[in-house]
Amino acid sequence: MKLTLRVWRQKNADTKGKMVKYQLDDVEEDMSFLEMLDVLNEKLVMDDEEPVSFDHDCREGICGSCAMVINGIPHGPQKNTTTCQLHMRHFSDGDTIDVEPWRARAFPVIKDLVTDRSAFDQIIQAGGYVSVNTGSAPEAHATPVDKVSADDAFDAATCIGCGACVAACPNGSSMLFTAAKVTHLGLLPQGQPERATRAITMLAKQDELDFGGCTNVGACAEVCPKGIPLASISQLNHDVLGATLSGARSD
Amino acid sequence: MTQRNIVTRTWGSSVGKKSVMAVTGVIFLLYVIAHMIGNLKIFFGLTTFDNYSVHLRTLGEDIFGYGGVLWIIRTVLTVAVLLHMWAAFSLWYKAKRARPIGYQHKSYQGSYAARTMRWGGVIIALFVIWHILDLTLGVVNPLPENAGAYQKLVASFDRPVVSIFYIVAMVALGFHIRHGLWSGIQTLGGNSALRQNSLKAFSLVVAVVVTAGFVIIPLSVMFGLVR
Amino acid sequence: MSELAQEPTSTQGEGRYVLGDPIADTRAPESPVGDRWDDRKFSARLVNPANRRKMSVIVVGTGLAGGAAAATLGEAGYHVKAFCYQDTPRRAHSVAAQGGINAAKNYRNDGDSVHRLFYETVKGGDFRSRESNVHRLAENSLSIIDQCVAQGVPFAREYSGLLDTRSFGGTQVSRTFYARGQTGQQLLLGAYQALERQIAAGTVEMHPRTEMLDLVVVDGRARGIVARSVLTGEIETYLADVVVLCTGGYGNVYYLSTNAKGSNVTAAWRAHRRGALFANPCYTQIHPTCIPVSGEYQSKLTLMSESLRNDGRVWVPKERGDDRAPNDIPEDERDYYLERQYPSFGNLVPRDIASRAAKNMCDAEHGVGPGGLGVYLDFSDAIERLGRHTVEAKYGNLFEMYQRITGDDPYEVPMRIYPAIHYTMGGLWVDYDLRSTIPGLFVGGEANFSDHGANRLGASALMQGLSDGYFILPTTVADYLADGPFDEVPEDHPAVREAVEATRARSDKLLSANGNRTVDSFHRELGQLVWDQCGMARSKEGLEKALDRIPSLREEFWRDVKIVGTGDGFNQSLEKANRVADFMELAELMCLDALHREESCGAHFRVEHQTEDGEAERDDENFSYVAAWEWGDGGKPVLHKEDLEFSYVHPSQRSYK
Ligand SMILES: Cc1cc2nc3c(=O)[nH]c(=O)nc-3n(C[C@H](O)[C@H](O)[C@H](O)COP(=O)(O)OP(=O)(O)OC[C@H]3O[C@@H](n4cnc5c(N)ncnc54)[C@H](O)[C@@H]3O)c2cc1C
Ligand code: HEM
Ligand code: HEM
Ligand code: SF4
Ligand code: F3S
Ligand code: FES
Repeated sequence: MKLTLRVWRQKNADTKGKMVKYQLDDVEEDMSFLEMLDVLNEKLVMDDEEPVSFDHDCREGICGSCAMVINGIPHGPQKNTTTCQLHMRHFSDGDTIDVEPWRARAFPVIKDLVTDRSAFDQIIQAGGYVSVNTGSAPEAHATPVDKVSADDAFDAATCIGCGACVAACPNGSSMLFTAAKVTHLGLLPQGQPERATRAITMLAKQDELDFGGCTNVGACAEVCPKGIPLASISQLNHDVLGATLSGARSD
Repeated sequence: MTQRNIVTRTWGSSVGKKSVMAVTGVIFLLYVIAHMIGNLKIFFGLTTFDNYSVHLRTLGEDIFGYGGVLWIIRTVLTVAVLLHMWAAFSLWYKAKRARPIGYQHKSYQGSYAARTMRWGGVIIALFVIWHILDLTLGVVNPLPENAGAYQKLVASFDRPVVSIFYIVAMVALGFHIRHGLWSGIQTLGGNSALRQNSLKAFSLVVAVVVTAGFVIIPLSVMFGLVR
Repeated sequence: MSELAQEPTSTQGEGRYVLGDPIADTRAPESPVGDRWDDRKFSARLVNPANRRKMSVIVVGTGLAGGAAAATLGEAGYHVKAFCYQDTPRRAHSVAAQGGINAAKNYRNDGDSVHRLFYETVKGGDFRSRESNVHRLAENSLSIIDQCVAQGVPFAREYSGLLDTRSFGGTQVSRTFYARGQTGQQLLLGAYQALERQIAAGTVEMHPRTEMLDLVVVDGRARGIVARSVLTGEIETYLADVVVLCTGGYGNVYYLSTNAKGSNVTAAWRAHRRGALFANPCYTQIHPTCIPVSGEYQSKLTLMSESLRNDGRVWVPKERGDDRAPNDIPEDERDYYLERQYPSFGNLVPRDIASRAAKNMCDAEHGVGPGGLGVYLDFSDAIERLGRHTVEAKYGNLFEMYQRITGDDPYEVPMRIYPAIHYTMGGLWVDYDLRSTIPGLFVGGEANFSDHGANRLGASALMQGLSDGYFILPTTVADYLADGPFDEVPEDHPAVREAVEATRARSDKLLSANGNRTVDSFHRELGQLVWDQCGMARSKEGLEKALDRIPSLREEFWRDVKIVGTGDGFNQSLEKANRVADFMELAELMCLDALHREESCGAHFRVEHQTEDGEAERDDENFSYVAAWEWGDGGKPVLHKEDLEFSYVHPSQRSYK
């Protein structure tokens, strides 16, 4: 099929970018979206133009590298699908497709479609872990975990840190990401000792960075490729408010 | 990050601010529902309605004095509305900062009600100001200030423009409640994956009932059912 | 090392390499196999906690092995500098592991034990791995599960609240712990979180988007790395007392593989060029259950977890070239060839066997789908037996992934699968302590060659990465550091300058070629060549052909590659070109290793060496050794042999019939 692409091109963080139009004549249905961009890039190189930079690595929907807003929707039109897993069969001949980077002050553009998402690491550093040193763990079966909690914790833990939630949120909030981690660890007995502190410090870090605050719009959960439920934000709120009221330590 | 003072901790965090909005929102909601029930007495005629207006002022008179309870309500509402708006604007500002460059291709995710909370809130706030000038202070009412509540109301709604403005505002209120009620529950930590759909349905029902309960009055006046 | 060099006596590959001194792994204690690791830990020297802060460790790679090592060394108080090429450690390719991780917990009371895991891993590796290492791996498997559970890794559980396990190819006990189809992700997040905790604590200094391009060796010791900042293009040096490489496998030499697009051999290869031996490069594993290639543009292959073979049945049409839709082929016209050929293991035979069987079926024109390169993996029996709901709970995300990629619904039509390259058993040679032959250079995870012999069993790479990272490296690196304090290396030391200059020159040369072919087109050609000649089946003739072609392809690459843009800034084509340049050299060594190993073992299948019914035929007499190659530096590579001894598990013909 034939496609018209309009891609955000930006040389580096300091220059202004703009949408640039490209024509592709033989895109196949079974190509992934990134493979389609590979084809474009091969063409650009042969035409002495700089290829479009975009982050990608696993190309199987699990590493969270790939990140682009396709026709206004982070990761494109397919539900629960990362860009690398989006296939061209979901587009039709003659379509014009707009491709832009994540837009958020906390995720500044590095080049073209590549953004700096290190703010997510900072949120994890603020408490997204269980403080257990190697070697100090008790026998695994010492603490049973009821299956429902274990399954729910797993569901929350599947967040791939892609940042689509931030890209979609009209407030530019990373609430779903933070909530996923707080929920994952908060549902497990291993996460209990630090549960209150974790919620407070991770949220405080998120607030301190350039993310907006959540007002429960729900766009994040609609685009999340891993289907992290919106209710996990309620869980985070619950833990934060509980910790605030009980005066949990946060330092 | 290190403060342990509950007030600064709440106000200093985005979730804290939102919880303030949620709690004040609940106060509004309770007031609005009570007010709606009170307003519906209009269908029982002039005397019942005017008596209700008087009753509002004599309620708890032996303890708080004439109009005391009303003043308590007014104070609580005023403080609540200030806090609610303060929190809303503060989060609005933070959101603006968080996305300095918007998308070229716009496509919206999230429900319409959710995305219009802020403008909806502004409409409601403007409405309330007009509404107080109209029916409480009587400044913009065709009738003099000392006229009865019933007559002032009918006189006001006799102006189609005003009625339509009221109806628009009530619809905005409905949207605000539909998302706001669910959202407040989510904010206060009461949502879960299992409950989510029921809670959203519940909020929708409350919103529809409240909107209908209010809208029926200007409509009735417009169509001459209440004179 | 090459002083005693002599011409090889083996008949194959003659003239292409020289034979060097044999080597021995000198650090495994002589005690009974079950006591060796305890003995080694006891003899390892310790560093006074007060001095640790002053000792610096570079860890390149923050996947399971590197992430775990960096976090643990940080916890111990060393000053750690960690590196990865992705924008954050959470994206290392360990994240993609689906199936699970083995541990000899015997929670199912089905006869498992440390000894059984040890035994099966040695056997699974077709008797080409070290007993000492494998036993230690089996011992450590127990603590790994404890550690991960304590970190909050949400392993699958049963209604009792206890951990669930599943069975995996190559074994008959159920010892594989899993987190739905995302075990690697969950384990990696555990290690990542531990690492981020240390970053916050200030013990680990993280350098993401920083790609190691050379090793700095000063006075014979590894003392640092040269790396390029992917963001700024800056070539920088980082110095330390010891360097640990955990940079993953080199499967991407084949271009199409299940590895991440960025996975590369550069770090290991540069260390090799600086003197570290590279062991068993031809041991590359083909995974039997991947989604087949659909077209020219294909950029990578996707694995469908091996666990699918627990419930899925593999078949092809009995009729050659039968192109009916799978559901139209009646039961009695289907050949469930694994169940037929291997009645006792059936669909659960080890990977190499399952892969080769699929290839044989396709070679015999029973293959299905485009180009006849595919076999069916059918779940209809399982869905009938267990119900769709159970199948969904077990494999839901894999089914979704399959449907997303192919557009077919595996609940309705059987999956089509074909083998693809997936894991590399070869890697930098290390001793029992995971020291390479360059003092001060340690290697962990898939980047080393150590524990899997000629074939890795499913679910044991995660185990090995974490065993190396959490438990072995922290002990043995500390033991090495106890030799310190080492002299500080000045930034302008000639060895540092030389390494930086060489790195710059390489990039400049690539950028200035301005030829007529893209990096990917070279990589694709190289990959196809290696896949054809050094893939699932290898022959003398084919390998020689490849060995003749690779040098000219390499020469063409350096002359004719086209990279647009400059070196000072974000330039993904340049990053790729740097990697492909090293694959071009590695490919040659792989083929040479495969040519010289005149036997079939594990994943290395030489068509000249097979039993009557087509199984791999080992030659223990002549090849029971690790082939550790020394860089020939323009001349011929030098082969050092490390003889393997088997005192506990006696080599036998592997049989899964
Ligand atoms: C699709 C798939 C499924 C798998 N499933 C299983 C399974 O179910 N069970 C199992 O046991 N094993 C499985 N494996 C194998 C297993 O996942 C890997 O062998 C293992 O995770 C490797 O871990 P590692 O830490 O050695 O390397 P990796 O996780 O690959 O990490 C490599 C690290 O090195 C860094 N790096 C690489 N080169 C450079 C450089 N030049 N400069 C700087 N940094 C660099 C990377 O950034 C990364 O941080 C699977 C593998 C694949 C590909
Ligand atoms: C400038 C004016 C206003 C703005 C910007 C605004 C904004 C908001 C927002 C964003 C919420 C969602 C809170 C959350 O996520 O928890 C909310 C909730 C709510 N608001 Fe407003 N609002 C405004 C004025 C008003 C007024 C005047 C009323 C009175 C009728 C009102 C009634 C409510 C109600 C009932 C809720 C539901 C909260 C709950 O049930 O917990 N709002 N508002
Ligand atoms: C059709 C709809 C409505 C009608 C007919 C109506 C009617 C009235 C009347 C008659 C009064 C005067 C009462 C008195 O002074 O005795 C009043 C006051 C008031 N109404 Fe409404 N109202 C309506 C909707 C609303 C809504 C939607 C809100 C809030 C969002 C609201 C908020 C108020 C407030 C704050 C006062 C002032 C109370 C006081 O301080 O005395 N009203 N309303
Ligand atoms: S919550 Fe979803 S959208 Fe957000 S980072 Fe995680 S996976 Fe991506
Ligand atoms: S879209 Fe944004 S406002 Fe909250 S619910 Fe999601 S983070
Ligand atoms: S490239 Fe890894 S999720 Fe898309």
